[in-house]
Amino acid sequence: MVVAEIQSLAQAVSLLVHDGDCVALEGFTHLIPVAAGQEIIRQRRRELTLVRLTPDIVFDQMIGMGCARKVIFGWGGNPGVGSLHRFRDAIEHGWPHPIEIEEHSHAGLANRFAAAASGLPFAVLRGYFGTGLMGRLDTVRPVTCPFTGESLAAVAALHPDVTIIHAQQADRDGNVLMWGITGVNKEAVLAATRVLVTVEEIVDELKPPAGGVVLPSWVVDSVATAPGGTYPSYTAGYSVRDNAEYLRWDAISRDRDAFVAWIEEHVMRGSAVPA
Amino acid sequence: MMIVAAARALRGVRVCFVGIGLPSTAANLARATDNPDLVLVYESGTIGAKPTRLPLSIGDGELADTADTVVSVPEIFNYWLQGGRIEVGFLGAAQMDRFANLNSTVVGDYDHPSVRLPGAGGAPEIAGSCGEVIVLIRQSRRTFVETLDFRSTVGYGGGPDDRARLGLTGRGPSLVITDLGLLRPDPDTRELTMVSLHPGVTFEDARAATPWELKVAPGLEVTEPPSAHELAELRALLATQGQDGRRG
Repeated sequence: MVVAEIQSLAQAVSLLVHDGDCVALEGFTHLIPVAAGQEIIRQRRRELTLVRLTPDIVFDQMIGMGCARKVIFGWGGNPGVGSLHRFRDAIEHGWPHPIEIEEHSHAGLANRFAAAASGLPFAVLRGYFGTGLMGRLDTVRPVTCPFTGESLAAVAALHPDVTIIHAQQADRDGNVLMWGITGVNKEAVLAATRVLVTVEEIVDELKPPAGGVVLPSWVVDSVATAPGGTYPSYTAGYSVRDNAEYLRWDAISRDRDAFVAWIEEHVMRGSAVPA
Repeated sequence: MMIVAAARALRGVRVCFVGIGLPSTAANLARATDNPDLVLVYESGTIGAKPTRLPLSIGDGELADTADTVVSVPEIFNYWLQGGRIEVGFLGAAQMDRFANLNSTVVGDYDHPSVRLPGAGGAPEIAGSCGEVIVLIRQSRRTFVETLDFRSTVGYGGGPDDRARLGLTGRGPSLVITDLGLLRPDPDTRELTMVSLHPGVTFEDARAATPWELKVAPGLEVTEPPSAHELAELRALLATQGQDGRRG
């Protein structure tokens, strides 16, 4: 049986993420794979289609550094703070270059992953009707229920080339354990062709707590340790969300020069994770 | 006043779906005052969260740690929200029209926006599937508009029959809370009608802040001012905000 390779983050990204790929980085507020996103910036990947329910700071950085050709998303803000300024600058002013956006509701995008994970061409939900998004997206179409005749929204399955998530632990065989808010991580993993999981640590034995989610090694391609790799998001059991950093990001990201200087200092010269 | 009015609107409610910001503060104030057993459901999948500090995001660890259960994002939307298990949902927006349709997507043209807002996120399904919806929005000619720049979320569409036609299962917005007062949909036309003014606000103030001919309910009331108890609890709650900013 093919099991996950345990590699360095740089190796894993270089192997799994290629220019032009569709790359989902998930983690709903919790478990955001920031270190992996920054490794993609360091390796200067281009023309990516980036997918995330809630773009957050890591997408702001990747978009600002020109990694993205297109962004598929549900809510693109700095939670509790306001705008993602690099994301806005790309949409409003085409800096550093114009990007295409494909905008869904959270439920719609989550169901796109669930359809792909289930091996179905689409998922069905009550949504989109009456909103400005309906008719604007070629991945959302009305469908008639064959049993009741009701009109429902069909959303097309979304198969990323690569899904990247962060989890608390993996064992030496590459089985992965996460707990707390796990968002759409499982669905995004099972929807993807290739899977990279960054973890806080490798342990001898996984001991799943109540509500823990285990991904068996054979659905994962690479595991890389990235302790603190969700900062300024957090990893339950290991770190606390640094709300102050989310507030600071607002000022850093407002200005193009300040942003580039910050990236040079904190990302290009190695790790952005504080020691 | 908006927060206190929103907390009061949760009297007798069992389960509410909460977004971050004013709704979260209001729902937690309700727990601290009239409704200690209120079940808070956050989009991050935390059901029955009982935060002791106000969270900055819908996914703060405090919410997961204090929840009865934490479920996945597809599950929170499909089983709990679409499944009709939430009584009240809270929404805010950048713009609202007279039928309580909301815009949280763009200011200006969608393809060439003057301001790109975060987008709808969970709002369309909250508006569609919650038993009823409470909207929190400041009342001004910038936020109250004749025509939305983009319709992110459906209130009553263009009138009384639209929700049924669109297949939306919830009853829709039942209350809009602004900094000037309270509005409710007219039972026949569904157009928002001023039903209460906060203390010190005149109907003329409300009309001046509304670009359409604002309807007024017979027997327009004055909102009961915040009690000493409500204010004390609210202050205590606000003092906890950002206390979870330490890095462990």
